[in-house]
Amino acid sequence: MDHFPTNWGRPRNDAIDLYGTYPIHSRPGPTTDAFSDGVQRTQQPIVTGTSVLAIKYKDGIMMAADTLASYGSLARFKSIQRLHSVGEHTVIGASGDLSDYQYIQSLLDEVMIEEFSAADGHSLSPDEIHEFLSRVMYSRRSQMNPLWNSILVGGFKNGKRFLAYVDLLGTTYSASTLATGYGSYIAQPLLRKAVEGNEDTLTEEQARSILTQSLRVLFYRDARSLNKYQIATINAQGTHISDPVTLDTEWSFAEGIRGYGSQTK
Amino acid sequence: MTSIGTGYDLSASTYSPDGRIFQVEYANKAVENSGTAIGIKCRDGVILAVEKLVHSKLLVPNANRRIQTIDRHIGLATAGLLADGRHLANRAREEASNHRETFRVQPPLKIVVDRLGGYTQAYTLYSSVRPFGVSSILGAVDKDGPGLYILEPSGVYLGYYGAAVGKGRQLAKTELEKLKLSEMSMRDAVFEAARIIYLVNEDANKEKEFELEMTWVGAETNGLHVPVAQALFDEAEAKAKAAMSEDFEES
Amino acid sequence: MDHAEMQRLKAGEVNLGTSIMAVQFEGGVVIGADSRTTTGSYIANRVTDKLTHLHDRVYCCRSGSAADTQAIADIVTYYLQLLTQTNGEQPAVQTAAALCQKMCYENKDKLSAGIIVAGWDKENGPSVYNIPLGGGLFRQPWAIGGSGSTYVYGYCDATYQPGWGRDRTVQFVKETLALAMSRDGSSGGCIRMCVITEEDVERLFIPGDQLPRFWEGEEVLGVNSKDKDAHNSSRAQDLSMAVDA
Repeated sequence: MDHFPTNWGRPRNDAIDLYGTYPIHSRPGPTTDAFSDGVQRTQQPIVTGTSVLAIKYKDGIMMAADTLASYGSLARFKSIQRLHSVGEHTVIGASGDLSDYQYIQSLLDEVMIEEFSAADGHSLSPDEIHEFLSRVMYSRRSQMNPLWNSILVGGFKNGKRFLAYVDLLGTTYSASTLATGYGSYIAQPLLRKAVEGNEDTLTEEQARSILTQSLRVLFYRDARSLNKYQIATINAQGTHISDPVTLDTEWSFAEGIRGYGSQTK
Repeated sequence: MTSIGTGYDLSASTYSPDGRIFQVEYANKAVENSGTAIGIKCRDGVILAVEKLVHSKLLVPNANRRIQTIDRHIGLATAGLLADGRHLANRAREEASNHRETFRVQPPLKIVVDRLGGYTQAYTLYSSVRPFGVSSILGAVDKDGPGLYILEPSGVYLGYYGAAVGKGRQLAKTELEKLKLSEMSMRDAVFEAARIIYLVNEDANKEKEFELEMTWVGAETNGLHVPVAQALFDEAEAKAKAAMSEDFEES
Repeated sequence: MDHAEMQRLKAGEVNLGTSIMAVQFEGGVVIGADSRTTTGSYIANRVTDKLTHLHDRVYCCRSGSAADTQAIADIVTYYLQLLTQTNGEQPAVQTAAALCQKMCYENKDKLSAGIIVAGWDKENGPSVYNIPLGGGLFRQPWAIGGSGSTYVYGYCDATYQPGWGRDRTVQFVKETLALAMSRDGSSGGCIRMCVITEEDVERLFIPGDQLPRFWEGEEVLGVNSKDKDAHNSSRAQDLSMAVDA
């Protein structure tokens, strides 16, 4: 078995090893390319998390992510937390490389302590945390060494909701529904349909149901997802991240399916 | 001091013939002129309190704080040169942050104090620097429970149940010694701290305006070093003031 | 740029194509590893000790490049010694894991190291930390690693129960490793284990000829098939000869 997930799914190099005699873990291949002297290598994500979803609702922001850390196609850690509170008013959620995410968490922790130590009666607001993150992410991509994440920042402070996105390039945007990774293809249309125009009327219960439904569709269609998730709420009461919950899923309709075409038996 | 004026006091890098470093002793003089700072290590927390002398009515109330926060759970009260205290606090923050980054744990107070002690001591070795003109009281609640230390200009640091530095330290120590500190609750300790600060001010700096500054860390504050809750602070201060006027009437 | 080559070993490097494991139980942890070290398909060492001492009650299991993981273990050992002297107390397992993680993360583009750190400390009792390739840090009740581990995730998921005592945990580690070693060509040899508790560190050794044995397959079409009838016997013989060739 190849220990390195980056090799997985790649064909053997028949030009060099026609009969596959080479041990797979040290598969031969081109060792240099035309730019190998001049190009600094960026890394690649290894232990990864998939989509994060977030929406605005009546009382604040709700964010959701499953609890899986993948290692290539291997579901390696099934109970890790990808939603993280930063101070009293903000929650961040990340997809992408989880070692980079842990680094970002410790970076934010350091900044929050610095702010706390100032003891000036101020604490960082969600938009300030988002701006800080975007500067870090952009700076690292400019050093050709990006932090391989897409991050959602959700917050509620002084009666104001905040929801924004930042990724490994330093790209940022804001909207009343946001999703990273596969979620941006699969969940985002569902979220938009349910939320846009209703941001100020959606109840907590409705918001939770919209996110749960989207997570369910993602579980059906994203091969790197898990049926165990957490939901964070950020509102006037502060931040709250739920315990892991298992998704209800529907399979009974499949029992009667026969063959792939005209087959009936 | 027998050797004053004989040239042995000009540099921290020179001993006097009887083995003293006068620059360090002068640094202690700077501390002795300062308003008193005290610390109490009680049952489930630490209280820091400072008698902050206000030298001008033009100053904004509560400006120039003398108790600073080092990490979420560490507080530092200084007596002596305010600017030196701030510098030392910044260094302590760096040390705490450095320890947290390397070992991914809440920095224990004893390690922060030890590193700060080493730093302070280095300023007693060279002719190009002067020792810090502050004695600091560091308090925290960490994995080992409540902790309280005094760090002196020489770099010496010692652990205490009750700590006092600055002008009124003698009287403050006498008062602290009367208390059963390790059995005391944080709330009770706040009242004692306020009382002692008012008492030493009455004794040593009677004519001077001052502000009481109090912070705490422990069970009552969820492990965070924060200013004493306003309501409790007001109550403790009012009670301390009342006790002073009672004494005055008695005498 | 070919991403696939990034995590490959450097030319001629010694690889710990490995099966490693650590499991915590009430009162301690059991760690274990196979003993095979390979360069390509040549077994460079068949009696390797991959259970590496970091401190009195903290060990690590190493997988990936032998050179990289030894360098990391050496540096962490040094830091932990220093820390013990300055703090005057035994370091926490978490501290050792954090140090390993820091090095793996900050040098992720140069290292191929998958490390499991496990041990016992005063604050947290027994604990197991997994540091996979990218340099993340994950605490788990049990951890497996190395190339052989991918064959036994299902077995571990199905078998492990919290609340086991020492002996059942040792049995779990031994059997899991034996299964991994039997399916992974890069793992093999003997099983080495350590039981780390507050009191001491106990070494356990299973020689390569005394490994737990499981189903080893049988030639259904071969000569030894028991229930073949006379009618088919000559045909079966022909087939088995073809297979042998």
